[in-house]
Amino acid sequence: MIQIIANFLRFLREIIVILPLMFLLIGLFDVWVPKEKIEKHIGHGSGLAGMFWVILLAVIQPGPLYGAFPVAYVLYKKGASARNIFIYLGTFSCMGIPMYLFEIGFLGVKFWFLRLIFSLLVFIAIGFIMERYVGKDFSIKEAR
Amino acid sequence: MQVLIVVSLICLAFSFFVNRQKTFAGMKRGAMMFFNLLPALLIVLFLVSVFVYLVPEKVIVEYLGAQSGPLGVITAALIGSVSLIPGFVAFPLAGILVSKGVSYTIAAVFITSLMMVGTLTLPLEIKYFGRKAAIMRNVLSFFGAIVIGLLIGMFY
Repeated sequence: MIQIIANFLRFLREIIVILPLMFLLIGLFDVWVPKEKIEKHIGHGSGLAGMFWVILLAVIQPGPLYGAFPVAYVLYKKGASARNIFIYLGTFSCMGIPMYLFEIGFLGVKFWFLRLIFSLLVFIAIGFIMERYVGKDFSIKEAR
Repeated sequence: MQVLIVVSLICLAFSFFVNRQKTFAGMKRGAMMFFNLLPALLIVLFLVSVFVYLVPEKVIVEYLGAQSGPLGVITAALIGSVSLIPGFVAFPLAGILVSKGVSYTIAAVFITSLMMVGTLTLPLEIKYFGRKAAIMRNVLSFFGAIVIGLLIGMFY
């Protein structure tokens, strides 16, 4: 038991000093990034430009997967393609900029960079596969 | 650590200089997120402490280390798929595990499946996307997480 508490305190000490600083930066990031300007571009064009804007929207304002579902519905209503919506789900949940600090701080720059690049490639691939798979009967309903 | 302190102070000073209101709003935002997260963080840290106490480092390295083979990767993907841990907690957790000998591949698989595969939120996802699309997205994400982890592992 004492060993467990010692472990706990050691882990806590490693983390508790840096976390407030990281959240300070995340808070500042949150108020300074012009989200409305990016939201304006969503839905226009389903090609590469459309993909770029959904990814940008996802990484500046990410969250847990279930937080992306209502946004996906809005994107769908705005005319975003199935491919871009599934890319949005992946990048929203896995690649948010506020997380970079955490990932670099706890796992290193190399890990962060590799995961970023490979995740992006995999999510885009999943977007393409999903678009093929759902085909014409793709639709998103508003839950509740 | 020092870098983070310096960067934080520079950003804070700059933000404060440009717009005081926004700076306070941002600080409040950050503080709120921090305190919202704290309970989950403490619980996870406690569970890891128990895990590290119960499982000797040798065993961790053997089953979840760089030479552990496919079983470790699949286990990590399965645990990640059914867990609901906030991303902000997942990174410190993965950091501790890596320092205890868990491979980067397994850390990446765990983190990615944790965030991308939502078994517990699948009913909600089905409501939005329909059964076919929701299940397929989760299956693809499960294997996608493994692919990402294996690719990362090639560089360590």
